[in-house]
Amino acid sequence: MGKTLPTIHFLVTLVWMLLAFWMIFLYAPQELTMGEVQRIFYIHAPLGWVAGTAYTIVFISSVIYLWKRSPAADDLAHASGEVGFIFCSSLLFTGPLWAKPVWGIWWTWDARLTLTFVLWLLFVSYLMLRSYVSSPGRAATLAAVVGIIGFVDVPIDYMAIRWWRTQHPQPVIAGGEGSGLDPRMFLTFMVCVGAFHCLFSYLLARRLRLARARREVSALRRTLALRYPEE
Amino acid sequence: MNPTPVHSLKIIAAVLTKDLRLEWRNRETLASVCVFGILVVFLFNFAFEPGREESLRQLPGLLWVAFAFAGVLCFNRSFALERENACLEGMALAPVDPGLVYLGKMLANLIFLCIAECVIVFAASLWYNFSFVPSLKWFGLITFLCTLGYVAVGTTFGAVAANLHMREVMLPVLQFPVALPIFIAGIEASTGALKGDPPSSYMSWVKLAAGIAVIFVVLSYLMFEYVLEE
Repeated sequence: MGKTLPTIHFLVTLVWMLLAFWMIFLYAPQELTMGEVQRIFYIHAPLGWVAGTAYTIVFISSVIYLWKRSPAADDLAHASGEVGFIFCSSLLFTGPLWAKPVWGIWWTWDARLTLTFVLWLLFVSYLMLRSYVSSPGRAATLAAVVGIIGFVDVPIDYMAIRWWRTQHPQPVIAGGEGSGLDPRMFLTFMVCVGAFHCLFSYLLARRLRLARARREVSALRRTLALRYPEE
Repeated sequence: MNPTPVHSLKIIAAVLTKDLRLEWRNRETLASVCVFGILVVFLFNFAFEPGREESLRQLPGLLWVAFAFAGVLCFNRSFALERENACLEGMALAPVDPGLVYLGKMLANLIFLCIAECVIVFAASLWYNFSFVPSLKWFGLITFLCTLGYVAVGTTFGAVAANLHMREVMLPVLQFPVALPIFIAGIEASTGALKGDPPSSYMSWVKLAAGIAVIFVVLSYLMFEYVLEE
């Protein structure tokens, strides 16, 4: 692949992120009731979208792994789980920063918050599982099983928690009557969603490259051990 | 191998009776799970002052915390035994559908956990001076459905955790987030039932619990093949 593609990927991510931050702070108009604080929404909500994308990738590549047994699918699931965990943690971090000035509290066990926390726990347990199995082949299969069950569980969790209680702001994108954004806000938001996905894909590609390098190294080690058994 | 329904039932029964016979001979799982569950109820007694109104609000939650931890103990034990004697390999090698092995293990766990739950409920009823008799039908149904769903995931994750270091810690970490909707449905529905509300007011929770139980049993049945393989 060489170095060209990663460099281009990096530059695109950098420019897109800079554009996103320019739009967040200078282009998007100030919100009427919440003021400047609302701007964290452009970072917070895309993080949530990316966390969802990441877990979906974990699910799809887990299914592919169990079906085709391809190490590449396993690497993708693992990488997406790790990077997704970072995004999900940032999501949980930026939420309270917004909630404190607007709701007056850092945290509440409302539907979406609870669900996000559950998603975070699923990421954590998925990654812990991987590090506690000694044989790599076994880890891949078990992680795939856990990844699939966890993903199927997310909508059920969502339903149960929503019936239970809800306080999070209703969806403003594609919500019902009376929802909607200023066009400039909408544009900023979509640019941010794109930028964060671009960042995610860049980190994912780097993490995949690392996984591939690890596989190559362990294959080389095996070859060496066969050729020079004494060492 | 003859995949007729009768043959499948025989395999399930073989695994189930094996677990029941083992338990009958040493009675270790039930004893530890029941004692542990009672201890949880006992400790809660110090955390909350029980009055009648209070206990109505707290009992369902308290019971489900006790059930959840008793379940963890039960599922860990279920596969720790298989692991000690290298029986997991035997099960993986047996020329049968691994899903049937799963159903056998799941039914055994269901029986153990239901017995433990009866003991826990009895202890709670005694110590909190609360009679479960008026609402027994609905409370029993709700608790059974939720327990079925919980045991369905718990058995699978018990088998997954049997492969890990730190399996005692990893089992709750793996299964609590997934079992969360079961806990919510169980607590909400049994609060309604114990209060004596009309069943229609908590019917949606009962349906949700039944749906979850079906989904988890089917999903685990399909995935167990991958959990067992070596």
